Amino acid sequence: MSEHLYKYLRPEAFPTPFCAGCGHGILMNAILRAVDELQLDFNKIVFVSGIGCGAWIPSPHFAADTLHTLHGRPIAYATGVKLFNPDLKVIVISGDGDLAAIGGNHLIHAARRNIELTVICANNSIYGMTGGQVSPTTPKYAKTMTTAKGNPEEPFDLCKLTVACGARYVSRYTVYHIKPLINSIKKAMTTKGFAFVDVVSPCPTQFGRRNKQPTLYEMFNDLKARAIRYETAKGLKKDELTGKIIIGEFNE
Amino acid sequence: MEKIKLNRKWCKGCGLCIEICPKNVYDREAKVSTKGFKEIIVKNPDLCNQCQLCELLCPDLAITIEKTKKDAKVNK
Repeated sequence: MSEHLYKYLRPEAFPTPFCAGCGHGILMNAILRAVDELQLDFNKIVFVSGIGCGAWIPSPHFAADTLHTLHGRPIAYATGVKLFNPDLKVIVISGDGDLAAIGGNHLIHAARRNIELTVICANNSIYGMTGGQVSPTTPKYAKTMTTAKGNPEEPFDLCKLTVACGARYVSRYTVYHIKPLINSIKKAMTTKGFAFVDVVSPCPTQFGRRNKQPTLYEMFNDLKARAIRYETAKGLKKDELTGKIIIGEFNE
Repeated sequence: MEKIKLNRKWCKGCGLCIEICPKNVYDREAKVSTKGFKEIIVKNPDLCNQCQLCELLCPDLAITIEKTKKDAKVNK
């Protein structure tokens, strides 16, 4: 990480608590770069996170105000912060188990109310912290601890869900597509209204080793093979899109 | 002219930099360290073309690449 970004960190909190090869560290880098390129005042930002691996991205590491809240309720807390002081920029960073599973109702209603929040979902498609159980965003046929013969269920498409609920800016990228991801986070942070960025992040420890991708590099190759642009995906049938990750901006 | 800084306190040895570097700058040490893995070393710093892939993608924020003045001219 560049030395001009060190001012945004609390060095005593490092090294990060993530496993070796966790994609959440890359997302941490991307968020700090987006904040730096926009020249935002770090003292006027509040980072809110819930419980889970993804919630560790802001909480002890960023030298801004951070709230580490109840499981599934970061958007509820963030709404309170925004109502109390509308001048603050409120950014929610949390995992898929937090935002999609237990906090799914908060997500859809914050999108419906169009509250000015930036929600970044660190989507590693598994419950990483608790041992690798199946989550609502686990791809179909993927093996997890609780679905040893492959996940029989269709995953949530969080982007289409939030678009349908009325979010102002919605996009999805993987941590491998780092430059578009930084630009997308910048757009989300400057959106007047509810902005949602779904960041697909690899989890080699819990997801990869059960699906024959034990290192981060092998998971990156898998992300590269599965990623498909939103414009390309429009012309394809539903069967052809099974297992694919649609990346891009969803409401242009 | 040491322009690649590797923070070995923060590095967890996932090995992404070794695989993703187009110029084979990084390598692992031969022996397992007290941290429990073969630590990453900057083996060929002269080969680095400063593409910054490793700096952008390092999951532990451990790599810093300083752009030299000479390379800044090349980029223009």
